Amino acid sequence: MSTSAPAIEQLPPRLQQLQRRFTDQPLYALTAILVILFVILASVSPGYRSLHSVSSTVQLAAILGIIAAGQTIVLLTAGVDLSVASVASAAAYVMAQNGGHGAVWAVLIGLAIGLVAGLVNGIGVGIFGVQPLIMTLGVGSIVEGMLVVYSQAQSNGAPLVPGPVHQLGTGTLGTYIPLDVLFVWLPISAILILGLKYSGLGRAIIAVGDNPVACRLAGVRTWQVLLATYAISSILSATAGMILGGYENAVDPQLATTYLLLSVAAAVIGGTSVFGGLGGYAGTIFGALILTVLDALLTVMNASQATRLMLYGAIILLLAWIYARLAGGGLGSTG
Amino acid sequence: MSSVAAATGATSFIPASTRRRFLRRNTWTLAIYGVFLALLLVEKIVHSSLGAFDFENLVIYSLPLAFAAMGQATVVLIGGIDLSIGPMMALVNVVAATWLATASFQQSILYALVIIVGVAALGALTGLVITVSRVPDIIVTLATGFIWSGVALRVLPSPGGGVQSVDFSNLVNGELWGVIPEGALVLAVIILVVWLPFYRSKMGLSVYALGSNRTAAFLSGVNVARTRIAAYALGGAFVAMAGLALTAATSTGDPNSAANYTLNSVASVVLGGVSLAGGRGGLLGPVAAAFVLGLIGIILGFMQVDPNWALVIQGVIVVLVMLFAGVLTLRRQQ
Repeated sequence: MSTSAPAIEQLPPRLQQLQRRFTDQPLYALTAILVILFVILASVSPGYRSLHSVSSTVQLAAILGIIAAGQTIVLLTAGVDLSVASVASAAAYVMAQNGGHGAVWAVLIGLAIGLVAGLVNGIGVGIFGVQPLIMTLGVGSIVEGMLVVYSQAQSNGAPLVPGPVHQLGTGTLGTYIPLDVLFVWLPISAILILGLKYSGLGRAIIAVGDNPVACRLAGVRTWQVLLATYAISSILSATAGMILGGYENAVDPQLATTYLLLSVAAAVIGGTSVFGGLGGYAGTIFGALILTVLDALLTVMNASQATRLMLYGAIILLLAWIYARLAGGGLGSTG
Repeated sequence: MSSVAAATGATSFIPASTRRRFLRRNTWTLAIYGVFLALLLVEKIVHSSLGAFDFENLVIYSLPLAFAAMGQATVVLIGGIDLSIGPMMALVNVVAATWLATASFQQSILYALVIIVGVAALGALTGLVITVSRVPDIIVTLATGFIWSGVALRVLPSPGGGVQSVDFSNLVNGELWGVIPEGALVLAVIILVVWLPFYRSKMGLSVYALGSNRTAAFLSGVNVARTRIAAYALGGAFVAMAGLALTAATSTGDPNSAANYTLNSVASVVLGGVSLAGGRGGLLGPVAAAFVLGLIGIILGFMQVDPNWALVIQGVIVVLVMLFAGVLTLRRQQ
């Protein structure tokens, strides 16, 4: 892959054709990368040569996929949500802390945390016109600080994840269909992919990111669109955080910290532009799967934490680079 | 930058219109200095004394963030963003703590220079990768951040190392004539000797041009690639100084020491009046904002507020200030 990148400057006609195809259909390239990574994984570790391992990989990818779903729609509006990880951790922790009141009640509290954080983000960005980066950063650190204070104030022992949530995070229907994918990720994916294409809000989200001024002049209430976008993003983060809590069957205030950068990476690898208006959720799904397989690969290779981080960074950079080349500046050229 | 303009702006040789323009352009920076002075008063009330020791304490506490904010601001001015500042500071921290653990003062200075040049080179490389790959800044620096974290963990898996030379750590922790914090002097010298010539050079102008309007800058003959690489290199040099200041202040190397600095540097830059869209603002605003954030932390410490509440309060302040700025902008537009 890396050898073909410099050659693109003077492409032979056949490669040009190939590039055009990637430009038109970036999902081909992402599928190829995903398959290559999984083949490498399976050849390194015999344990991954089964349908079961595919199932458990997708089950884990669902968590990143759902957080990255929120990140994707925010990126589409030319924003970024840096509070996703704090909101996810907070929702999971408070849910587990309230597990004694019944699973439904606990999950509702978790979702409410997401809603409130998202509305604050949305009010700041949509109504007051604060830059998304700094607004979500501030809200993220507020949520994180309050979560730590809250966790230290609890005296009734370690929080327990409610049974049904644990079931949702780890269970499967039959042998191969993970419950979190079936009941959460699949519906969310369908709603997002179709909604961004056909619904008024979905089209407005892309339009606001593409050209906010034209959008406003065309009569779109951009602040409402942004408010809804950030609220949805935080609710999705809260959802993913609770599933992560169920998957781990344990929560702590730093539960989802690593997911912040991964959510941006998944969306960008999937072809969503950080400059807004370009991309979609289908690519993000592949981004989440690719990053999850990559993580499994590094685990299998028994890499130390240091090596993992280095390889992770290098591979994210390489993928983004290849993607930017193949898509011909589709990420939003900065050159 | 604006301090020099302020010194000249105060004299009557400058026309009133120029003075008004200076005030209009630097309202935000002046306001943040006002906030800083007000907070000093608050500290005096809370702590019931405000001596040389308190200033020294403030400088030691805030200097790493001040340098980090300068590094972030340099990159933000061209319309970029550096999300690898925290990891890079951690890398500098562990390398410095390893090298300086057994070094004399002269050796320490030499090592520090090597580190600054090395990190500036890595910054230039980052700028080069962004230019060549056409991948957005935020993604490239996010990825390099992972890489620097990994290298830092490889260099020093668990906290250790130190700074042997007392003279070297006194560059941050010491006092000149028992009154003036040396860290503040170092900061002032760096701004005067490094930033000011850069700001007044053709390259400095290119940086602002690129940040204001990339297309117009390109069409006016600004070398976009060279300017971006220069900004990232200078930013890297400042980040190296931030890491060195952190090492001198803590006297230890810890791969997880600098986790908060990426976010805090962005907060300082924005509070310091630098537009995240690029092209607007300077370095003195972010430096003041870094000291304001440091002072808030210290005051809350004196008031015996739980450090986690302090995190919440800092976040609330950042958000409120940004909402206030948003209201001001909306008013101006109407």
